[in-house]
Amino acid sequence: MRFQPIGKTLTCNGIARFTFKGIGLGIARDSSIIRFAPVLSFLILAIFQIIPSQAAIPEDPAFGYPAPPANVVAKDIPNDAGKSIIINWDLSPDDIKENKKFIGYEILRSTSSDTGFVIIGSATAGSSQLSDNETVDGVFYYYIVRAVMGSMFSESPPAGPAASSQQWFHLGRINTLIALLVISISIVWYIERAKKGEKLFIRKIAGLEAVDEAVGRATEMGKKIFYVPGTQDMDNVQTIAGVTILGRVARLTAQYETPLEVPVSRSLVMVTAREVVKEAYLNSGRPDAYSDSMVYYLTDDQFGYAAGIEGLFVREKPATVFYMGAFYAESLILAETGNSVGAIQIAGTAMPAQLPFFIAACDYTLIGEELFAASAYLSKEPKLLGSLKGQDFGKLCILLAIMLGVIIQTSGLYDFTKLFIVR
Amino acid sequence: METGFTFTNTLAAILTIGIISFLWRDNPLYKVCEALFVGVSAGYWFVSLWYQNLLPQLFDNLGISQLFSSGSAEDGALQVLFKQGRFDDRLFYLVAGLLGLMMLMRLIPNLGWISRWPLGFIIGTTSGLYFTTYFQSNAMAQLKSTVLPFTTVGNIVMVVGTICGLVYFYFSKEHKGALGGAAKIGTWFLMITFGASFGYTVMSRMSLLIGRFDFLFSTWLGLVK
Repeated sequence: MRFQPIGKTLTCNGIARFTFKGIGLGIARDSSIIRFAPVLSFLILAIFQIIPSQAAIPEDPAFGYPAPPANVVAKDIPNDAGKSIIINWDLSPDDIKENKKFIGYEILRSTSSDTGFVIIGSATAGSSQLSDNETVDGVFYYYIVRAVMGSMFSESPPAGPAASSQQWFHLGRINTLIALLVISISIVWYIERAKKGEKLFIRKIAGLEAVDEAVGRATEMGKKIFYVPGTQDMDNVQTIAGVTILGRVARLTAQYETPLEVPVSRSLVMVTAREVVKEAYLNSGRPDAYSDSMVYYLTDDQFGYAAGIEGLFVREKPATVFYMGAFYAESLILAETGNSVGAIQIAGTAMPAQLPFFIAACDYTLIGEELFAASAYLSKEPKLLGSLKGQDFGKLCILLAIMLGVIIQTSGLYDFTKLFIVR
Repeated sequence: METGFTFTNTLAAILTIGIISFLWRDNPLYKVCEALFVGVSAGYWFVSLWYQNLLPQLFDNLGISQLFSSGSAEDGALQVLFKQGRFDDRLFYLVAGLLGLMMLMRLIPNLGWISRWPLGFIIGTTSGLYFTTYFQSNAMAQLKSTVLPFTTVGNIVMVVGTICGLVYFYFSKEHKGALGGAAKIGTWFLMITFGASFGYTVMSRMSLLIGRFDFLFSTWLGLVK
């Protein structure tokens, strides 16, 4: 005999087996009526028409019913946009690796604790969590977790009520908020200092020092400059940085009257690049030298774009090529072709996998952060310089945090990494 | 894939050879292949963007496609608004459509300035969105992984490499003295990493080349079984 300690045990067709087991145990305890036990049981069960058929009696020595999952808890998922409740439970004791019959769990939901439960999801064996992402905020729900083993199952008592709700602030990201506030305040502070005319020091960046030289070389040779802003769209910060540097290069080409060509692979980049180049020519007092045809679209396709630029390079033989933005596998194809036609090449990207190719094939390469610093470095505008100095302050804070953290971690006084966990 | 001298295999082989012929020099076959590649891919992307973005995201969601179809397509936001008098969240797609229209104003010289607004919107929202996500993934996660106890050589290398690499990207001080030394070590760490990455990527490119040769000699010519 076996009692199910929690909840009710059901056969697969929903007949209450619990009753049968309860009676059986009662008879076994009373030895005076033991001889009448089979007849009595049969009569009672026949009256209630719940005699289990032979087929429904499982072959497993423990009746084949899995023990139900315990400690089922349903609660709103914290720090989210609502419409989600998470259900946790302790694994059924039958949910063990050796038990191949154990299938998993079914999760049932209802707005009432007694009736109306319907299956809303399932979890595999070994899982003890499921999130219900189809709730209505403010409505209270009850959940039952059903352990399924073969064709049998047993259910936990209803858990809940729980209602989902949305939160305005993600309390698991307070550390990010504080860090960003510190950096933002330092950026604003440095911008204000720069606006007041204070000279902010930025060390020399070799790749950017070479921009003037590269434009000058093309001017002397009477050849074109190609500017390649990468293969990504305007929703990529590297493309934004690349287009910003394009403004500076366009200003120089306008002053030196050097022909500039900007083949692009995205329509939005084309529109933005045209605006930037146009403004640079206007600011340089050469609006007549600007033409929309300087910035043109090739194709969105990565290798189609690379093939197109390759062809342009070998036919136009530019004196200078700039690669500034986000690049993928086309990086070496472009840089190698530019190198083969003898162009001076300056590249800048924050794609770690492509940097080695640019370093190998280009004359100067802006590595990651240098690309983002380039616009401030080249323009010397107070806003951009202040921003760069503010970022440097952030880097200094990170540097100090690493050093302090390593000392604390080594001493074993406190787990310093906890401060940087973002949920 | 079908093997042998079929029309598609032969065409693909000629185009492959045409593109590879660039290794010799710029030639008419390469020019044809290049023009075909650029043209076909540009057209393909236009159609792809239409069917994957504009049509399902904008026209279907707003209910504009449904006006021109006789089928029993699901109601769009405009149908929900006018038939059921209910506000549908998908009506916000109108804002995206409006921004797209503003971008097209570039085609009208006198109204070209309007296209700067959607551009500003895109760049501004992109920068704002990435401000936090990049900080979380590139700064906080990096910090958490770098703060390691000095108990193993691996941990020491990791911490020293990160600190020196960070010093290299510090722009507010001239790289002289101890700072210069740390920056130099940082450069070494970067170059060793790039070298390893270079080798790894070259190997993966070799597999691409082998794939094309396999097509030429096995699928097309049938010389390699």
